[in-house]
Amino acid sequence: MSVQPAMPKCWRVESKPHKFCPGCGHGLVLKALGQAIDELGIQDKVVFGCDIGCSLLSWDFFNVDTVQTHHGRTTPVITGIKRANTDVIGIAYMGDGGGYAIGAQHLVSAATRNERITVILVNNTQYGMTGGQMAPTTLPGQKTETSPYGRDVDASGYPTQGPEMVAAITQEGAYVARGTVANVKQLKGFIKKALENQMAGNGFSFVEALSTCPTNWRTNAEDTWKFVEKEMTKYFKVGEIKVPGPREKEGQ
Amino acid sequence: MPEKPIQGEKRVFMTGNEVVAWAALAAEADIMYGYPITPQNEIMHYWTRMLPKYGRRFLQTEDELSAGFTTAGGVLAGRRAFTATAGPGNTLMQEPMSMAEAMRLPVVVIVQQRGGPSTATVIYSQQEVTMTTLGGNGEGLRVVYSTANHQELFDYTIKAFNTAWKYRFPTFVLGDGYQAKMRESLTMYDPASRGITMVPTEPYVGKEGTPGVDREPTHLRNTYNVEEELFEVLEQYLADYAKAAPEIAEYDAFDTDDADLVVISHGVVSRACKAAVKELREEGYKVGYFRPITLRPLPVDQLREVAGKAKQLLVVESANGQLDRLVKEAIYGNTTEMLSLFKPGVGVTTEEVVARVKEIKG
Ligand SMILES: Cc1ncc(C[n+]2csc(CCOP(=O)(O)OP(=O)(O)O)c2C)c(N)n1
Ligand code: SF4
Repeated sequence: MSVQPAMPKCWRVESKPHKFCPGCGHGLVLKALGQAIDELGIQDKVVFGCDIGCSLLSWDFFNVDTVQTHHGRTTPVITGIKRANTDVIGIAYMGDGGGYAIGAQHLVSAATRNERITVILVNNTQYGMTGGQMAPTTLPGQKTETSPYGRDVDASGYPTQGPEMVAAITQEGAYVARGTVANVKQLKGFIKKALENQMAGNGFSFVEALSTCPTNWRTNAEDTWKFVEKEMTKYFKVGEIKVPGPREKEGQ
Repeated sequence: MPEKPIQGEKRVFMTGNEVVAWAALAAEADIMYGYPITPQNEIMHYWTRMLPKYGRRFLQTEDELSAGFTTAGGVLAGRRAFTATAGPGNTLMQEPMSMAEAMRLPVVVIVQQRGGPSTATVIYSQQEVTMTTLGGNGEGLRVVYSTANHQELFDYTIKAFNTAWKYRFPTFVLGDGYQAKMRESLTMYDPASRGITMVPTEPYVGKEGTPGVDREPTHLRNTYNVEEELFEVLEQYLADYAKAAPEIAEYDAFDTDDADLVVISHGVVSRACKAAVKELREEGYKVGYFRPITLRPLPVDQLREVAGKAKQLLVVESANGQLDRLVKEAIYGNTTEMLSLFKPGVGVTTEEVVARVKEIKG
């Protein structure tokens, strides 16, 4: 009998195996989140919101109360819940399109208001669900369905540096980090801190997770990891960017 | 426990926006989410001034998309939550309201109509009827009350919360710039003093117990994998709506039984029509008055009955036929002559209605 790696306790067994493509990073981010929820013992308090995009496939992923909302609108839905019931731990889960394009004004405003919620944004450098179009995070030169000759930064600008932006516009009490599915242990640490930050009532917490989309990248296993570990990290620096107290090094 | 905002009954003289804020307080609304737009701003102004005294909450959002979605969030958390908007804000509000339709969220929205399309005027119109009744990419499963005066703004704001929470459809109170800004007298009251019980609210998410251990988790979605899955859900929603519609529909009418011509209008325009019908009756004209109070669902049976008796229907509105379209659909098949007095984005006076009827009658 083979030994299966343990699922996080708060995962919903009935909805597994999950619906993401093989090799998708979403499953790993949700694993890190599940472990963080387990370790903090907050399964009874979490309200999880997911966006449109591949994140919506997590609508029945956990044994936690969940609301799947519109493209870009998960942040205000979770904000509204948290404002109405401060006892819950609100998590808004979205893609780079959901957070940096259509929902950018909500991300910026929630961060500026220092909403006591946790936003987890999965950066896979393109729009997964709609079939691999260019996203705000698409790398210069990267080919997508709507940048078939590679992203031209003259025409479409440079990739959004989300956590850096959030760090710049948030005040004391915010927590901002960028993790990667290439280091789930570290990512879990960041997510845990982001949740603890909300639990302490400090302020806005934001974690971007560098993630894979082998389907739309049209990569094999080896090239997928090469892209996430080598190409993406040239632009997107992994680590903690803003911590409420003295700076701590997580999982390094 | 903070004191009740209104003890018993109270005669007051105030603007419509102030009335709405008081009505929401009286209805035990917990939280308002809003974004400034004229002519509804003072609802937020009065609400924010009064809320510390009564332990209520407010969030000013970054736009109406957010105001609508945060209001949906407030409802998901089990609070009596509401928002208010107008014009281009109402346009943005249609996206969150389609989620409220999809999830059967009892969101309450006060709309104080202004001129359209686009930014148009900040003053007045009845041009938000189509959008408020049928906006969003769905079937328009919502309730819309069109008020005509301040007393109704008070009564129907309270009622909107109860209709919303009883039937679980997003519910709108459709006022307008005139009602928002002018002062008028009315009687405010504590709903309990008139035997009105506020329908209890309950959370959709963040409920007691550990999901998956003590209870099933709430898993709300608005995305379906296959057509049939959605069809099944919608069939149920449509059946619920069809069942609720006759219970919800309201109207006001007089002198329709022997009338040759019935004037149909809604909102403040019906005040001019009411006065005109009375005046014309005194002069011997056989005219009647009909006013749907709910624009969605419409009082279809009553409209059909009126149309069946009268020879002519005159639809009067401060829009280019938005009410007219709803009426025609409701009485489809009826051959009664349809006449109109449309003044898009402009108020209608009693004299104009009288003149129009005399023109028709020769
Ligand atoms: C208002 C609106 N516009 C567009 C869409 C179509 N849409 C669905 S998913 C998606 C892109 C999602 O990309 P991203 O947020 O990066 O998430 P991913 O799928 O990559 O995880 C878009 C544009 C939509 N559902 N709603
Ligand atoms: S399309 Fe990409 S992001 Fe979406 S599930 Fe598949 S691999 Fe994951």
